[in-house]
Amino acid sequence: MSAATNLLDLDADENSAPPRANGELVFAEPWESRAFGMALTLYDSGLFTWPQFQAALIARIAAWENHHPEGECYSYYTQWLGALEDVLAGDGTVFTDEISQRAEELAARPAGHDHRDDEHGHGHGHGH
Amino acid sequence: MSTALNPDEHLDGSGNRIGPALRTEALEQLLTERGLVDPNVMDKFIATYETAVGPLNGAKVVAKAWTDPEYKARLLAEGTAAIKELGFAGPQGEHIVVVENTDSVHNVVVCTLCSCYPWPVLGLPPAWYKDPAYRARVVREPRKVLSEMGCEVGDDVEIIVRDSSAEVRWLVLPQQPAGTEGLSEEELIPLITRDALVGVAHISAP
Repeated sequence: MSAATNLLDLDADENSAPPRANGELVFAEPWESRAFGMALTLYDSGLFTWPQFQAALIARIAAWENHHPEGECYSYYTQWLGALEDVLAGDGTVFTDEISQRAEELAARPAGHDHRDDEHGHGHGHGH
Repeated sequence: MSTALNPDEHLDGSGNRIGPALRTEALEQLLTERGLVDPNVMDKFIATYETAVGPLNGAKVVAKAWTDPEYKARLLAEGTAAIKELGFAGPQGEHIVVVENTDSVHNVVVCTLCSCYPWPVLGLPPAWYKDPAYRARVVREPRKVLSEMGCEVGDDVEIIVRDSSAEVRWLVLPQQPAGTEGLSEEELIPLITRDALVGVAHISAP
């Protein structure tokens, strides 16, 4: 119940520290917490080191700051997800194209399928 | 390979953008299928990290009360106003009453009706706070429930269960651990946990 020991210090590097409110992590949408959890779980199981992930995240953030589509709002966890994809593709654990293909399959699920409501941009017509 | 793309820039077969939500779901599926991620373990990681830093605002209030006797007096007399002095207020933080844990009294907070919670100071309510079993049992047998949660309260200490309501949100001012009297506010803040502010934990010296 109390904070576990040996937690990573996510705020060690101010350029890649996650957004917080009142000391707590802020997830604007459910997928953000899933992306967060995946990176922490994989790190914990030893798939990559934290500096490895952090470097990928810093690179993603820098790349976004350097260039991004006009009008696109900054999303910390979009960069986080990109960094995770980079690290996983880098050692062949999961390739970017595999993720794209699976995401397409998920997007093609029939309307009314009980998927999460935090998705947007693919025009499914069921309302809640 | 197209690792240079943003996750946002991928298109599906119909030319629609595949957003990060779908890519995240896809990645989680692939990792789960390959035995690299257990969604249940992941849930625990998320929950732990989400609140690992603790409710900073509540911790600041307590640290100030420990180091500034005049502030402490104001806090116990008029909690809402004293908390507002530090700039913390919000829709659910409007009627906060602060109660002090001492050598003879231990306060523990519960909301038996719902899960009222002073989130501007305490942050997200922990999952157990909303658990009907906690709510019912802590009223009936607080000493036992506290002990199960690792918070031993001596038999000579009176336990007062504070039931939150729409009118009153309780905040516990925990006892300052012995040996920390010389620490500054900034040094005290990281010691103060959410559980202590609800009265289900003691605070230990570093």
